[in-house]
Amino acid sequence: MALATQSNGVAISAEHLVRRFGQVTAVNDVSFQVQRGEIFGFLGPNGSGKTTVIKMLTGLLPLTSGEAHVEGLDVRTDPEAVRQNIGYMSQRFSLYDDLTVTENLQFYGRIYGLPPDRLKRRMDEIIQLNSLEPYLNRLAAQLSGGWKQRLALGCAMLHEPKLLFLDEPTAGIDPVARRQLWDLLFELSGHGITFFVTTHYMDEAERCSHVAYIYYGRLIADGTPNSLRELPDVQPHGTMRIEITTPEVTRALRFARQLPGIRSATIFGQSIHALVEEHFDLNDLREQLLKNGITVGEIRPLAPSLEDVFVELTYKHQAETEAVRV
Amino acid sequence: MFDLFRGFRAVFFKETLHVRRDPSTLFFSLVIPLLQMVVLGFGIDTNIRQVNTVVFNADGRRESRELIDRLRNSDTFHIRRYVQNDRDLNDEIIAGRARVGIKIPVDYSDRLLHQTGAKVLVLIDGSDSSVAGQAINVTTAIGLDESLRRVLPDRSTMAVEMRPTVLFNPDSRSPNFFLPGLTAVLLLNVTTFLTAFSIVREKERGTLEQLFATPVRPLGLLLGKLLPYLVIGFTELCAIVTFMRFVFQVPIHGNVLLLGLFSLPYLFVSLSIGILVSSKANSQSEAIQLAFLTFLPSIFFSGYIFPRETMPKFFYILSYFVPASYYINITRGIILRGAGLAQLWLDALALFAIGSFLLVVAARRFQKKVIMA
Repeated sequence: MALATQSNGVAISAEHLVRRFGQVTAVNDVSFQVQRGEIFGFLGPNGSGKTTVIKMLTGLLPLTSGEAHVEGLDVRTDPEAVRQNIGYMSQRFSLYDDLTVTENLQFYGRIYGLPPDRLKRRMDEIIQLNSLEPYLNRLAAQLSGGWKQRLALGCAMLHEPKLLFLDEPTAGIDPVARRQLWDLLFELSGHGITFFVTTHYMDEAERCSHVAYIYYGRLIADGTPNSLRELPDVQPHGTMRIEITTPEVTRALRFARQLPGIRSATIFGQSIHALVEEHFDLNDLREQLLKNGITVGEIRPLAPSLEDVFVELTYKHQAETEAVRV
Repeated sequence: MFDLFRGFRAVFFKETLHVRRDPSTLFFSLVIPLLQMVVLGFGIDTNIRQVNTVVFNADGRRESRELIDRLRNSDTFHIRRYVQNDRDLNDEIIAGRARVGIKIPVDYSDRLLHQTGAKVLVLIDGSDSSVAGQAINVTTAIGLDESLRRVLPDRSTMAVEMRPTVLFNPDSRSPNFFLPGLTAVLLLNVTTFLTAFSIVREKERGTLEQLFATPVRPLGLLLGKLLPYLVIGFTELCAIVTFMRFVFQVPIHGNVLLLGLFSLPYLFVSLSIGILVSSKANSQSEAIQLAFLTFLPSIFFSGYIFPRETMPKFFYILSYFVPASYYINITRGIILRGAGLAQLWLDALALFAIGSFLLVVAARRFQKKVIMA
């Protein structure tokens, strides 16, 4: 069993996952593979099926059809063994507020059936790793968001799982804690631990070694961030992306959208991102903007961001489903 | 087998920590029921005594005053007022100031004297059926007694004399009747709430979702949650029985240990009800509403207040599905009648069966509605 997973290096393999709730198909033919040691970012709007997929992979929700293996174990036949081999951290860092840091850790250690000496050793390691030492006797309720999250992560890792599911691990914590968590994830993934992370933050998605995007039950993107940027749907042949920096973004946007050669344009803070024809003349654009009294900073070519990728793929997917309906 | 209950020890240990961290829960679950017991034990008298009565004595002579004295001495009637006309007599009853109105007609003494059959009008407010019944019985008995006394020669014996002997509770003391039944309701109250709350709280906090992603099995989780509250429920029972014996002086005729033993299946039932409630409720207020739904049948269809035998057929059958019915039979049986294993094992078995059934149903509902939701 352990041999099998090591030889092919696959932590999760999902094949044609389908889950229906009555008439509603919450997960529709979803397939993907996660390699060992990857940080797999699983993205999608709320209600698109992210949690359902996690529940299916952790053996909590039976599959309507398809199959899934987690750490080489079949989730349909061996859900308990799957749960013994994974760690899971839910969205709200679900800790027991009225228990201390130590008691929370001890509880999860016992739940996973760690023998006392191993529990003690693992607790020392976790406390060290997450710098929880000063807070051991504090009630979980008294910890700040960042520390709660560290404790929750610690609880999920006590039994040394090789695969961790983190459901929106950074929702509602401060930027420093967020940065520290990601540093920790990178460090751990360097030791061969696999992470399945859901997030709404695009900058976090950029940091993942592998991302997938689920849109209303269908997986519409799956790959490394760079390979997704180069998809023909995202970067159609004969086009390029540019960034126009200007203090007057709304006026500039209105103007730019009516220019021939500009396929689409969106505001990003103090700049405009536009998809333009390959032969589009950037100097000409600058002159036209200036002629209309719009101050222009820099105009430069730009690689598509993951957000661009997801936006493009969503449009394409919507167009396809519309077409099917008609 | 071990695997089926996986996680039990961890959950049990954690749950006792919660209880220790939160002394107010412990206080409310142990002290409040005792307070309720004191209030109900001292405050409620199921015997009908001193019913407010209004009298219109149109006669006023010695014979009529003797009749009034007899009514007063029966302990059933408390004469609040004398009125001088029919309208006032009616008004007192309609206003609720008196439940019984007695009118002695102007010719009462004359008719007694001429033996032409004296008549006394007794008006009874029927809004409380047990009061009305008692008033009818006592007034009829006094009338009969008065008649016999006049017909029979002095010191002659009655042809038939009934000698009622009340077993087990000879003085008809209310606490003796009331408290063993109340025990069932109080235990149900405490344990159902405690378990329901402890699970619903985990739902609200999201820790339940977290737990389900671990290898803990539903039965291990549920039993681990149930057992600490079983201990609390049992402690509660000991306190109640001690109070009953020494504060209210209710004699315990049967074996106290048997009472303890047979209380376990009942506690098991009410804890399972708590789990069932929590599998449906998503917040503590929902849990309260649902728990109340289970209390009313336990109070009204269990024989706690109204005898089960007098219920319409449908409700009588229904009362067999109310766990408190069996438990009240057990408590009254052991405490008042000195019943033992031989008489009560079936009730205990029924409770155990209901408890096991509920726990399995609750565990399955959990699997379906909570884990897979």
